[in-house]
Amino acid sequence: MTAIAAGKVTRVGLQLLGRGATALPGLVTLAMDPDAIARLSATLGHGTVCVSGTNGKTTTTRMLSDIVRAAGWQPVHNRSGSNLDRGIAAALVADATWGGELRGDVGVFEIDEASVPRVLARLIPGVLVITNLFRDQLDRYFEIDALARRLGEAIGRLPDTTTLVLNADDPIVAFLATSHRGPLLTFGVDDRSVGGTVPQAISDATRCPRCKSPLRYSRVILAHVGDWRCEHCGLERPRPDVSAAAVQLGPNDSRLRLGGPVASAMDDVVVPLPGLYNAYNALAAIAAARALDIALSTAIRALAGFKPAFGRLEIVEAEGRRLRLLLVKNPAGFNAAIGALLETGRHPRILGALNDRDADSRDVSWIWDADFEALAPRVAHATVTGLRARDLALRFKYAGVPRERVAVVAGWVPAIRAAIDGTPVGEELVVLATYTAMLSLRDALARLGFVGQFWED
Amino acid sequence: MDLRIGHLYPDLMSIYGDRGNVLALTQRAKWRGIDVETRSFTAGETWDPDWADVYFFGGGQDQGQDIVGADLAGPNGDALKRSIDGGAAVFSVCGGYQLLGHEYVPEVGDPIPGLGVLDVTTRAGKVRFVGNLLAETDDGKTLIGFENHSGYTYLGPKAKPLGRVIAGHGNNEQDKTEGAVQGKLIGCYLHGSALPKNPWLADQLITWGLARRHGAVELTPLDDTEEYAAQSQAAEVAKTRT
Repeated sequence: MTAIAAGKVTRVGLQLLGRGATALPGLVTLAMDPDAIARLSATLGHGTVCVSGTNGKTTTTRMLSDIVRAAGWQPVHNRSGSNLDRGIAAALVADATWGGELRGDVGVFEIDEASVPRVLARLIPGVLVITNLFRDQLDRYFEIDALARRLGEAIGRLPDTTTLVLNADDPIVAFLATSHRGPLLTFGVDDRSVGGTVPQAISDATRCPRCKSPLRYSRVILAHVGDWRCEHCGLERPRPDVSAAAVQLGPNDSRLRLGGPVASAMDDVVVPLPGLYNAYNALAAIAAARALDIALSTAIRALAGFKPAFGRLEIVEAEGRRLRLLLVKNPAGFNAAIGALLETGRHPRILGALNDRDADSRDVSWIWDADFEALAPRVAHATVTGLRARDLALRFKYAGVPRERVAVVAGWVPAIRAAIDGTPVGEELVVLATYTAMLSLRDALARLGFVGQFWED
Repeated sequence: MDLRIGHLYPDLMSIYGDRGNVLALTQRAKWRGIDVETRSFTAGETWDPDWADVYFFGGGQDQGQDIVGADLAGPNGDALKRSIDGGAAVFSVCGGYQLLGHEYVPEVGDPIPGLGVLDVTTRAGKVRFVGNLLAETDDGKTLIGFENHSGYTYLGPKAKPLGRVIAGHGNNEQDKTEGAVQGKLIGCYLHGSALPKNPWLADQLITWGLARRHGAVELTPLDDTEEYAAQSQAAEVAKTRT
C-alpha cells in the first residue's frame, strides 16, 4: 500500500468512528513517506501559499482560500486549523485520489510558527505570509527573539522565487525582510486615526530588531504593532504595498479604503468580521492574493462573503440567547478580542474557559499580561470553567470584578447551562475560551443540540 | 499609610505574565486601605535609591537580560544596592533572580557578572526546565508556579532556600531547593504569576516594604478563598500532570 493510501485508510477509519481526521492520517503518511508533502505539493499548478504568525493565521488562510476559489482555482487547505506538518500532510491526503493524484491546484496552508522551519524543509511555497509575532505559549515557543531568529534562518534558505508577504506595522515581522533574497510585499494600516500614542503594557518589541536601541512610535495600534522607527540606526516601518488608508470599524464588520493608485479606484473592502485584527487579516489575504496575481476585485468580492472559522467570532443561537464564541490564547489576541467587544459599548456577560493542555499553553501566566483591567469595569457577569478555572476567577478578582459577579462552575455542560440561564432571552453571551477548552465547549454545545461538530465544515 | 513599588526594567524584564506580581502587591495593599504608587526603573535613567519600599524584578529574554546586566554594572546597580542597604525589599523571578546573584556562567564565553546582592550563582544547563513547580517552605507554606529556565542556580551559605521542591525542578534539580531568601531579598523560578496564587508571600513582601518607612505593621487579614482555591487547583496539576 502506498503512503497516501495508508493515510486515506486511516482517514476513512477515523470518520467511521465519528472522529475528526485532522492530523493522524498525515502522521501515518509521513511515517511511511517523509517526502509525501514535497511530492504531492509539487503537483499543485498554482503553487502553495503558507501563512504563519502568532495571531490571525487561521482567519487569513480561510480568507485566502475563499479568494483563490473566487478566482476559479481549487485550494487544498488545512481548514481545521491543524497546522503542524502532519496537518498539512493530512489535508493533502484528504484531497488526493487513492492513486495519489491531487484534486486541487493550489495549496493554502496555515503553519504553526514554531513548525515553519520543518515545513519549509519539506515544501517550497510560492508565497509565505507572516501576520504578526506576539508572545504566545512561552512554554512551547520560548522567546519571541529566538522564534524570530529561527524564522529568519528558514526564510534565508528559501529560493528567490518565493514572494514574502510581511506586516509592515510589526517591527519583528518587517525585519524578516532582511533575511530574504526574493520579492517582498508588505501590508499595514496607514489611517492615522487608528491607534494611540501610549505604549501598551505587553509590548514584545520595545527595542530595534537590528541595533537593539529603543524604538520610537508615532502611533501604537496593538502592543508593538504601529508606526515605528529606530532613531539610532534608522530602521523604520516600510511603506506598505497594501495599505488601509481609511478604516471604519463597526460592531459586526469593518470597511477598508485601500491606498495606492490602483486600489483607490476600487470599492471599499468590506470585512464581515468586527475588530481591527480582522482588518489586518484581510490586508494580509489581499497582499497574498496580489502575490498570486489574482485581481483585486476578485479578492474584494470573496472577502465580502467570508464566514469566520472555528471559535473566531462564531455566533451560536441557544434558547433565544446569542452565543458569541471567541478563541483566546495569548495576551495580544485576548486584548484584540476584548477591544472589538468593548468598542461596541456592550456590558458583556461572559463564559470564560481556561485550560492548560499543550495546545492551550501549559503555562497560564499569560492571563496576567492580558488586559482584564479594561474589561473589568464593564463585566455584567462572568461564569468561569475549565481545568484552570480558579486561575481565571483570580484574574477577574485582581482586575477588580466584584466576587458576586464571578461564578466558578465545574464541568462543560453545567457551565454552559449556568451561563445561558444567567443570560436574559434576547441577549448575548460572550464565550472566551482557550483552544482545547473551546473544543470541549463546542462538543458540549453540540450535545445540548446547539451546534454541529466543527470539522464538518 | 502608603507603599511605594519599584518595577525594575518593566520594558525589558516582564515576560511570562510577571506583571501579575505588581498587580498582587498593589491590590492587596489597596484592599487594606494602604495607598500605592508604582514607578518604573529602567535602563539609561537615573534612579532615586531612596524612593521605593519594595521592588519587583521579573524575567526577560536574552536580549533584555544583556541590556539590564550592562545597566546594573553602572550607577543604577550602585543605586539599587544603596536602596537594599536602606531597607528596601526585592522580589525577583527567573532572569531577575539570576541577575541579583554573583554571576551567570554561560556554556561558552565569559561569566556575566550580576549585582551580587544574593549569594547565588547560576550556570547554563543543557536541559531546559519547563513545567508546573510545587514547593513547600520550612514552616509548611505552599509555593506554586510555572518554571521555564535553562539556568541552574546554586545557593551560597548566606542565602537560604525559599522552599523544598515537591514537584518540578526548582533551582537546579539536584538539591531539590527552590528559590532563595537573604534578608529582605527573595528570588525564585515561579512564574504564574507567583504572588496572586501565593498570597502569604505577597503579604510578607508588603510587610517588609512598609517596615522601611512605617515600622512594623500588622496587616489586616483578607479573605483569600479564591487565592487558595487557585493555589490548590494548580498544585493538583503539578502533582498529577507534570
